[in-house]
Amino acid sequence: MKYFRLIFPFILVCLSAIVWSCSDDDSVIESTEIFDRQAMLANWSDNIIIPAYQAFSTEVDALKSAVEAFETQPNEANLNTVRQEWEAAYIAWQNIAMFNIGPAETTFMRSFINTYPANVSSINTNISTGDYALQAANANDEQGFPALDYLLFGLADSDAQILEFYTSNVNSSKYITYLTELVNRINVIANQVVASWEGDYRDTFVNNSGAASNSSTNKLLNDWMFYYEVVFRNGKIGFPAGVFSEGSTLPQNVEAFYKKDLSKTLCLEALNAFQDFFNGEAFEGTTRGESLASYLHFLNTMKNGEDLSRIINNQFDLSRTAMSNLDDNFFNQINTNNNVMLVAFEELQASVVLLKSDMFSALSVAVEFESGDGD
Amino acid sequence: MLEKYTTYLQHPEKAAPLAVFRILFGGLMIFSTLRFVSQGWVNKYYIEPSFHFKYYGFEFVTAFGQYTYILYAITLLSAIGIALGYKYKTATILFFLSFTYCELIDKTYYLNHYYFVSIIGFLLIFLPANCYFSIDAYRNSKIAFRKIPRYNIFVIQLMLCVVYFYAGLAKINTDWLFKAMPLQIWLPSRYYLPVLGDLFQKEWMHYAMSWFGMLYDLAIPFLLLFKRTRVFGFVMVVIFHVLTRVLFPIGIFPYVMICATLIFFDASFHEKIISFFRRLFKIKFVENNTALYLIPNVKKKLLATLFITFFTFQLVLPFRYMVYPDELFWTEEGYRYSWRVMLIEKGGYVQYKIVNPKTGNWFYVDHNKFLTEYQQKQLRTQADLILEFAHFLEKHYKEKGIINPEVYVESYIALNGRLSQQFVNPTVDLTKVNESFSHKDWLLPFNDTIYGF
Repeated sequence: MKYFRLIFPFILVCLSAIVWSCSDDDSVIESTEIFDRQAMLANWSDNIIIPAYQAFSTEVDALKSAVEAFETQPNEANLNTVRQEWEAAYIAWQNIAMFNIGPAETTFMRSFINTYPANVSSINTNISTGDYALQAANANDEQGFPALDYLLFGLADSDAQILEFYTSNVNSSKYITYLTELVNRINVIANQVVASWEGDYRDTFVNNSGAASNSSTNKLLNDWMFYYEVVFRNGKIGFPAGVFSEGSTLPQNVEAFYKKDLSKTLCLEALNAFQDFFNGEAFEGTTRGESLASYLHFLNTMKNGEDLSRIINNQFDLSRTAMSNLDDNFFNQINTNNNVMLVAFEELQASVVLLKSDMFSALSVAVEFESGDGD
Repeated sequence: MLEKYTTYLQHPEKAAPLAVFRILFGGLMIFSTLRFVSQGWVNKYYIEPSFHFKYYGFEFVTAFGQYTYILYAITLLSAIGIALGYKYKTATILFFLSFTYCELIDKTYYLNHYYFVSIIGFLLIFLPANCYFSIDAYRNSKIAFRKIPRYNIFVIQLMLCVVYFYAGLAKINTDWLFKAMPLQIWLPSRYYLPVLGDLFQKEWMHYAMSWFGMLYDLAIPFLLLFKRTRVFGFVMVVIFHVLTRVLFPIGIFPYVMICATLIFFDASFHEKIISFFRRLFKIKFVENNTALYLIPNVKKKLLATLFITFFTFQLVLPFRYMVYPDELFWTEEGYRYSWRVMLIEKGGYVQYKIVNPKTGNWFYVDHNKFLTEYQQKQLRTQADLILEFAHFLEKHYKEKGIINPEVYVESYIALNGRLSQQFVNPTVDLTKVNESFSHKDWLLPFNDTIYGF
């Protein structure tokens, strides 16, 4: 019976061990035999995320100055410069759209910058009345690149007629104002996000290296997956190709609908950015750091399993091939032969299986945010 | 022979172990219910979802919108009743019914732990756990006893033995023992734990933990039953459950098991706990030194029949998977209610395709429109959920004007570190398939073999 006296202190010690272990302790263990998630987070932020944001911000600055020049001298040459800068910035955007974490999440960056199709009737009303609040959550389809797409390419059939909206139209000053405000708004959001990453957020992100559901890895990966499935696969291909709309295609929902021949470029850029992130490849570079691929590789050598990262990369390559077969203009592609769009969709789909089912399981990252108890 | 056992089970024993069990179980259920509500889970799991996955045969069980909170209030009040031993009979019946009802609303949230709580709730209805150190006993000396027939304590002990032993049996399979799966997937991701984090990166550790886990589960009932090994067994119980609590998000279950296994200890130990409570709450009342003797009558015979049927059921049910062809871990036919815990790591992917047979047009379904993240997570790996949702979609698109829509499923599952394999036969129109207890032949066969229980 004398043991009993020891039982309560023993339980107490054990219970305090629980409390201690469960209070998110992010101590990093230095060892070559374990995969360092923090190094992966550092590679992501320092070599991919921050440079990509900075590049985007630079492009948006260029777009801003182009619009300012156009504002002072609304002529064809200046309009074309605005268009070129818009295109460059839109392409740069594809490299950061997948990172909806931290400042991008709190500013609703993705929603405000690239919600399409643009709501043309709201935009027209906004311009004519001058009564709008771009910060409102439901104004997300009245701004960003899709709205600019409409203002720069969709106001009329010919370039000369489009230019007239900014020159001889009775509301020309209102058109210029709206154009300027849209660009400024992108600029403000971009600056905010870049400032935050260049400031404190980088360390917050890298130091939150645990494995809990709110750790950087889990949060970013869950959203990264959501981006791939919904924003990328469905948004760029699935929705316009009618995959979710009971057999009827919705070609007017392609990205960059008014520019017409940019949809494929944007789609390919997004795929490349996504794959580079998987491989931990530096932005605009070729060096690779710790990444999902190296993490999988690390885990695989331990279990002598299949080389999952190679299988995933192969599938990305197959998707790229399927996508290269498409017309530069997805709107045309859907109207002439939607089947190749569906083929591309299926290839993108196959990656979802590998990422969501195999990769998440192998990394032991829960495919969900806060969940309840388990068994 | 039989008489030896019946005499043993009838013999009056001190009631303190059962009283302590009642208090601890009630207390934990109070905490658990408050925790569930305060986490916002009632709303998130039962009120917000527009669709619920029903248990076969319990389709009538529904949530009541905001009124679902009333069910939880009932659970809470009855748990208080159990802990205090106040209106015990009503409290246990209400607890069992309200708790089980909530569990039956949606099988997405099935957990063996909740099933265990339901079972204990059910058993308590038939046990006089309020005869000692309870408000009921204080108010009514007729039901107050110091000693009760031994079987009242034994049924709880037996249930605990079943849980551990069957959990151990289930671990005797080639994935668990010879591939160290799924621990090999789970443990490395706990790299951030002090000391253990490093060890969890080592392959031998995965095997050691797997084998230890299996032997532990099988041995615990015996360690606890024999007096000489009891303290050691209990220390093992505490270490094991603390470890699982640290490693996995399993809520209050470890505490439930740690408290429950105390019932194996001698009455003198429990009397110490009770005298501690008496001092703490300054309770002077002490039951008369009376014993409740078992008087053989029709009621007791019915009770004996009930317990025998119940335990036979408990012993047989986990083996029902044997009547199904194909791999249990793959189809999960006969997986629930069998104390199979932590045995499989599944990654899954599922996509529904609706075909309009008249036009030949097809489209994919956006699951987010109908299901929560949690529901989708369970949907990805469980065949009965896949079928039920297919039938829901059939109904939904019929209402939308498609005549006789066909529903196909493209799904893949990665089981215990194997590469993804297609799960549902993509050529089968699930609207033509009905749910039943027979084998789901619309699943594709598992292209590997796992041997064992």
